[in-house]
Amino acid sequence: MEFIMAVLAGILFTTGVYNLLQKQLLRIIIGTGLISHGAHLFILTMGELKRGAPPVLTEGIEKYTDPLPQALILTSIVISFGVTSLLLVLAYRAAKINGTDNMEQLRGNDYE
Amino acid sequence: MLVAVLLPFILAVFIPFLSRWKEKLHPGFFVTLVPVVIFIYFVRHIGSGFEPVVQEYSWIPSLGINMVFHLDGLSLLFVLLISGIGALVAFYSIYYLHKSEQLGHFYVYFLIFMGSMLGVVLSDNVFALYSFWEFTSLSSFLLIGFWNYKQESRYGALKSMLITVFGGLSLLGALIFMSELTNTTSIRAMIDQQQLVLNSEYFPLILSLLLLGAFTKSAQFPFHIWLPDAMEAPTPVSAYLHSATMVKAGIYLVARYSPMLSSSEWFFIIVSTAGIVTLCWGSYMAVRQTDLKGILAFSTISQLGMIMAMLGFGTKAAVFGAVFHILNHATFKGSLFMVAGIIDHETGTRDIRRLGGLMTYLPITATLAVFASFSMAGVPLPFLNGFYSKEMFFESSLHLEASAAGFSGFMMSVIPYLAVLGSIFTFVYSMYFFFGTFRGRAKIDQLPKKPHEAPIGMLVSPMILVAGVIIIGLFPFLVNGSFIAHAAEAVKGTALEEKHITFWHGIIPPFVMSLTVVVFGAILAISRKGWTPVYNFLPGRLSLNKFYDGLVDRTERYSGVITKGYMNGSLGRYVRLILAAILIVSFAFMALTGGFTVDTSNLSRITAPEIAVAVTMVLAAIGTALTNNRIAAILILGVVGYGLSMLFVLYRAPDLALTQLIVETVTVALFLLVFYHLPKLKKKDQPMSTQVLNVIISVGFGALMTMVAISAHSSKWFDSISEYFVKNSYKLGGGDNIVNVILVDFRGLDTLFEIVVLGIAAMAIYGLIRLKKPKEDE
Repeated sequence: MEFIMAVLAGILFTTGVYNLLQKQLLRIIIGTGLISHGAHLFILTMGELKRGAPPVLTEGIEKYTDPLPQALILTSIVISFGVTSLLLVLAYRAAKINGTDNMEQLRGNDYE
Repeated sequence: MLVAVLLPFILAVFIPFLSRWKEKLHPGFFVTLVPVVIFIYFVRHIGSGFEPVVQEYSWIPSLGINMVFHLDGLSLLFVLLISGIGALVAFYSIYYLHKSEQLGHFYVYFLIFMGSMLGVVLSDNVFALYSFWEFTSLSSFLLIGFWNYKQESRYGALKSMLITVFGGLSLLGALIFMSELTNTTSIRAMIDQQQLVLNSEYFPLILSLLLLGAFTKSAQFPFHIWLPDAMEAPTPVSAYLHSATMVKAGIYLVARYSPMLSSSEWFFIIVSTAGIVTLCWGSYMAVRQTDLKGILAFSTISQLGMIMAMLGFGTKAAVFGAVFHILNHATFKGSLFMVAGIIDHETGTRDIRRLGGLMTYLPITATLAVFASFSMAGVPLPFLNGFYSKEMFFESSLHLEASAAGFSGFMMSVIPYLAVLGSIFTFVYSMYFFFGTFRGRAKIDQLPKKPHEAPIGMLVSPMILVAGVIIIGLFPFLVNGSFIAHAAEAVKGTALEEKHITFWHGIIPPFVMSLTVVVFGAILAISRKGWTPVYNFLPGRLSLNKFYDGLVDRTERYSGVITKGYMNGSLGRYVRLILAAILIVSFAFMALTGGFTVDTSNLSRITAPEIAVAVTMVLAAIGTALTNNRIAAILILGVVGYGLSMLFVLYRAPDLALTQLIVETVTVALFLLVFYHLPKLKKKDQPMSTQVLNVIISVGFGALMTMVAISAHSSKWFDSISEYFVKNSYKLGGGDNIVNVILVDFRGLDTLFEIVVLGIAAMAIYGLIRLKKPKEDE
């Protein structure tokens, strides 16, 4: 199963990067969202899947799943939420002020 | 001594405040006090009973970098030059620089230079020496570019910076080599263990790097080209940095390492060749110049070459002559620069073709110039110090101590002739400088200003220097045993008997050489106009400057082309380049090290629910890339997120599942709030090649991550630290939910910073929403 999950994470990265390389801001933000999903799955897969009980101490259970990746992912989820929200608002302002969300048109004028 | 070195730096901090009142009191007065104090502090060391002094202050003891100040005869000579000439130049600058100039800047740079130069000659620690060394380059750059509105100033400043810093880095290389070989950072300790360096296989490299540093700094051929352009600096700076002190830092370095290096035959060959060639080329080129300061610049180059050559000879007489000439050169060249500054100041031009006949207008200046330039020429008169060191040069060139075989044998036979040749041209440019300016027909009406004698304040400093010329000339024993002999001793590394300096030795070969110089020099000086076309053949079109310009020009152009090639302002392109680089490096590394491993022994079972969720996620993820509908894209992204939380449930991560569920809901809501304000998604209109590239990069990246994930799962090199958290969660953290305990207890600070990040994001978002649209007309 771990290998399948690894492939799934890879596909999430693929689609994420593909969206990231597009021109429109909305697609780029969707791309970052997909990449962070992929990263979470990636971290989870590096450990062992489905061995032992959920990591909540309970009488009589000796074997728990690895709690460390979960702690990492929990942090990451929250951070990526913050990043996504910031990007969204940034895109909103950029589109509002410049009248476009096309990255090619948002280039500076120095390069013309 | 630490105080002495730091004093200029400390005052430099206060200069900007002092220069606020520059209308009332010229800040130069304060600045003059500093070198005067330092001079008085050090001058008490002069005397026949001089003993080297060492003072140590720890700076970065863990790296072996300490401030160790070592005052021996050589350092003393330089310290007195730096502070003595420094005081005179600072005083001279009060009258030279008008109050409307940016005096604050000038004196800050000036003091920084003085402090660093003192540091160079007093440091015993090689890294401290190197730091001070680079500081002198930096302050020289700033001072040359002082009139930075002039294009020539900026050009000259950049040139000197590039060349001297290039040499500085070579020097650093040599110093690192030596300190690694001898396992010390102290110059004295290195010299004590010189065999370690001399017998090392790296010795040729060390020698060439060290000499590269010295030659660039001391403007030796072919690195001399920066010095004439450095003449764009204000004249006090030229007199101080580019004649008396900074350009002698390279000489100092060679002299300092002489006890170690002079036993090498290569040292003799390289240093004497460079010195002799520089002497001849510099004096030959000086006659061609039309700018007074240009003549002096090339003259400085040639005099530095002469000192360098004597250090290369390495005999007792030569070393003695070298240190003696360091002092003499500072006196006569310093005063000549000041004379040039006066002429520039009083007539408005430094072009020797427009000058002439100024003797009647500036009689005092002319008198000073007579003594200084005749001393420079080495005219055999008993009251000119230049003659004594010039004669020592001739004498030492006749008594070289090197193996007579091979190239050094050839060197020995030609050096005396080259010495005479270079000195003939030295005589010619000295006469050219004096007679071209002060004698001949006056062209007063063509001058920008009506010439008159300089104010007394400007004359004081060159007067003192010329007095030095005459006093040393008349009474050489005053500086001989008490001062010069100690310096020579430090260079030679062994005790020297005091050399007896007298004017008249009888008709001996050196005197004949001097006479030859005078006779041929006089002939060439008189017939100068007749033979100047020779410059059309040599150097003719050959120009080191053109080579330098071409090099700088090409570097700028090609780096510009390369940078413009990838920095075209398109962020998409940057991301593509970054990702492609990551892919290439990672795959190459994986292939080279065999990093990709698959271990199927430790896998969990495949179950239907997981497969179902995974397939849904794959379809949804691909959907985001294909759809052109905003709402659809957002909702499909939501599907991926919810699928992920399903997986978290299946993989027994309840906290993750909950958090993911909430965050995904809020994110989708946010997307739906914002998308309305964003333009509709358009069909992808990128060119086909870019689209193909995008697919390749993204598939490659996905494949890379998959491979890394599989390898990471398959190879466990260390035990996981997770067991620690499982065991201690309740004992240390007092909680049953291990993930929560990790977050709020074991890694509590991380979580705190995470909250900070969120807080910053929240503030930024608030700010962005409240931000008013800028008015169009602004």
